[in-house]
Amino acid sequence: MIELTNVSKTFTLHNQGSAVIEVINDVSFSVAAGECVALTGASGAGKSTLMRMIYGNYLTQAGQIRIGDVDLVQAEPRQVIAVRREVLGYVSQFLRVVPRVPTLDVVAEPLRTLGVSAEVSQARAKALLGQLNIPERLWSLSPTTFSGGEQQRVNIARGFAHAYPAMLLDEPTASLDAKNREVVLSLIEEAKARGAAIIGIFHDEAARDRVCDREIDVSRFTPKVAA
Amino acid sequence: MTPLLSVQGVTKRYGAHIGCADVSFDLYPGEVMGIVGESGSGKSTLLNCMAGHLRPDAGQVVFDTRTDGPRDTITMSEPERRMLGRTDWAFVHQHARDGLRMGVSAGGNVGERLMAVGERHYGDIRDKATDWLGRVEIDASRVDDRPTTFSGGMQQRLQIARNLVTGPRLVFMDEPTGGLDVSVQARLLDLLRGLVRDMGLSAIIVTHDLAVVRLLADRLMVMKDGRVVEAGLTDQVLDDPQHAYSQLLVSSVLQV
Amino acid sequence: MNAYNFAYLDEQTKRMIRRAILKGLAIPGYQVPFASREMPMPYGWGTGGVQVSAAVLTPEDTFKVIDQGADDTTNAVSIRSFFQRTAGVATTTATRDATVIQTRHRIPEEALGEGQILVYQVPIPEPLRFLEPRESETRKMHSLEEYGLMHVKLYEDISRHGHIATSYAYPVKVEGRYVMDPSPIPKFDNPKLGDMAAIQLFGAGREQRIYALPPYTQVVSLDFEDHPFEATKADHPCGMCGAQDSYLDELIIDDAGGRMFVCSDTDYCEARQAAGHKGKDAA
Repeated sequence: MIELTNVSKTFTLHNQGSAVIEVINDVSFSVAAGECVALTGASGAGKSTLMRMIYGNYLTQAGQIRIGDVDLVQAEPRQVIAVRREVLGYVSQFLRVVPRVPTLDVVAEPLRTLGVSAEVSQARAKALLGQLNIPERLWSLSPTTFSGGEQQRVNIARGFAHAYPAMLLDEPTASLDAKNREVVLSLIEEAKARGAAIIGIFHDEAARDRVCDREIDVSRFTPKVAA
Repeated sequence: MTPLLSVQGVTKRYGAHIGCADVSFDLYPGEVMGIVGESGSGKSTLLNCMAGHLRPDAGQVVFDTRTDGPRDTITMSEPERRMLGRTDWAFVHQHARDGLRMGVSAGGNVGERLMAVGERHYGDIRDKATDWLGRVEIDASRVDDRPTTFSGGMQQRLQIARNLVTGPRLVFMDEPTGGLDVSVQARLLDLLRGLVRDMGLSAIIVTHDLAVVRLLADRLMVMKDGRVVEAGLTDQVLDDPQHAYSQLLVSSVLQV
Repeated sequence: MNAYNFAYLDEQTKRMIRRAILKGLAIPGYQVPFASREMPMPYGWGTGGVQVSAAVLTPEDTFKVIDQGADDTTNAVSIRSFFQRTAGVATTTATRDATVIQTRHRIPEEALGEGQILVYQVPIPEPLRFLEPRESETRKMHSLEEYGLMHVKLYEDISRHGHIATSYAYPVKVEGRYVMDPSPIPKFDNPKLGDMAAIQLFGAGREQRIYALPPYTQVVSLDFEDHPFEATKADHPCGMCGAQDSYLDELIIDDAGGRMFVCSDTDYCEARQAAGHKGKDAA
């Protein structure tokens, strides 16, 4: 479902003497449907960078990143957008929304953009928010005013609203209490059960061990920086 | 898939000065593209060339018309181009008073495009105008009030209603949230996002506000000195800018 | 008055105006620019109409001037005597005897015939002016037939008053092409504009425009499907001649607010009275 072939990335900092920094070098791996793979490695090893490359958020200089039958490295913007809308979900660590939009609509939006009716989308959003223990009185408010943990749960609800065949999860259980952590892990298990290919970053080792089928140590692909 | 708008090699000079040079891109149905750059970078010149307000010195602006398929709007006759401007295109000005008739009621402002394309039933026109006021969150009781009595945000929303009432397929926006309070901007952005999604609109938004393009645009073009220096997915350009100028632009903005 | 050329204007000027008139007749409803001359009267007193009259008058013509339908108001009297002195033409107050009729704000009640010319005095020839002040833009709108704005004006009327309250200078479309301001005639007169046997010429002196309707031209008053055009008048008979079908002026006749309605067309009213018709207020 997700397949990386000889993927490399450099950052060129034009405003700092055009310094070229190699961050990822020659990564190849694939994730099958129903599989969950954890990216591991020390902080700064490039886990998030790699994940953003897979999402098309960071530009990849070399190699192929195939999601289904689309190579995101070569794809036109509109193809990338279509893949993100229909195939590839992403739960980042940060919630980024238009201010003033009610939480319920924020969560329902991925379904609305797929053309699902307002009623069905909202019903799904309500179910997820309920499952993630966001009090109903907050649903009509914008999540911009919520606490960090609440925002994170809204973000997760939004990420799981549509049953994406492929998902990227960046620290989905960070800053959650035990009860909500359990909910998120069961959401991940459900997604795997329905055949989603998942790549995750988990600092929470117990969570990683529970949902992930294997681990990929990103530091293997990170060029050694001269100390 | 046929692009809704295909811009090829558009160049506009003001004497020796370059307005915009050799700009090319395709915009597909349902896409929203942002154009950013500092003042004088040529983004407004480009927008006006595309919308038929300025005649470029070179290049083509091919629009996929409903009846005849792709046509170069630069070389089509002026009546045809103006007809597009009243039907399939919309233009939202930065200053609402440039896009509204300030001496005409809100209903008349919204109804004008309907009457321009031949609607002659007062009751129907008024009903549609009232419906559109509702969609841009203006109370129906204000239908007979002049825009001079409206706040800046309401005027901007009225301008949007006036533009969208004939169901255009392509909307040009020139700094649509410029000059509005931050909270009013947020409301407008939310409204625009909903309209773009529900009507399947394509849009080209010129702005210098990176937060606006982050929230509204799928794609982004960065312009400097009349040229496109970088183009791509909005979040890719903002999070991983490649060109020196884009890096400078992104890094000089407070966190967006 | 030998010091003046016939009908005041010199022959070159009259030729220039006639060319504008001919162009106007060839393109009904289109505003033809012309080099309006200074006339010995202020703008707003009919300088456009006077120049058009001067250009079409011949020594054999019989000239009539009406102002709001009346032959005896200051404006009518002075323009009539102006041409009496500068052209030496015969004058009349009888509509049917006149060959050239200059008018301000009315069309005579009696139907005009093929040998006659009706010359209108026009203050503002541009019907789109009040909504679009840029002349460059209104010209483009005329040339591209973009007349949606005209209906915006009528829309505004209905939204404010519940009906189309424009009661004079009511816009018309000529031969399905040009939207035209018929000069400030009451909309009661609008139906007479169309299919008229006489030539209709419109002169705007200050604005330097001439336009025209050749005989038997199609003229349609603009309206909405659900608010159709209506030619309205005061719902009374004439107090002097009893006419039911004429356009009426309302007169206040005493300090107690007493009113009477009389024909605005004085010739029509007098002719009816002479024929024995009598209204309720007739002495």
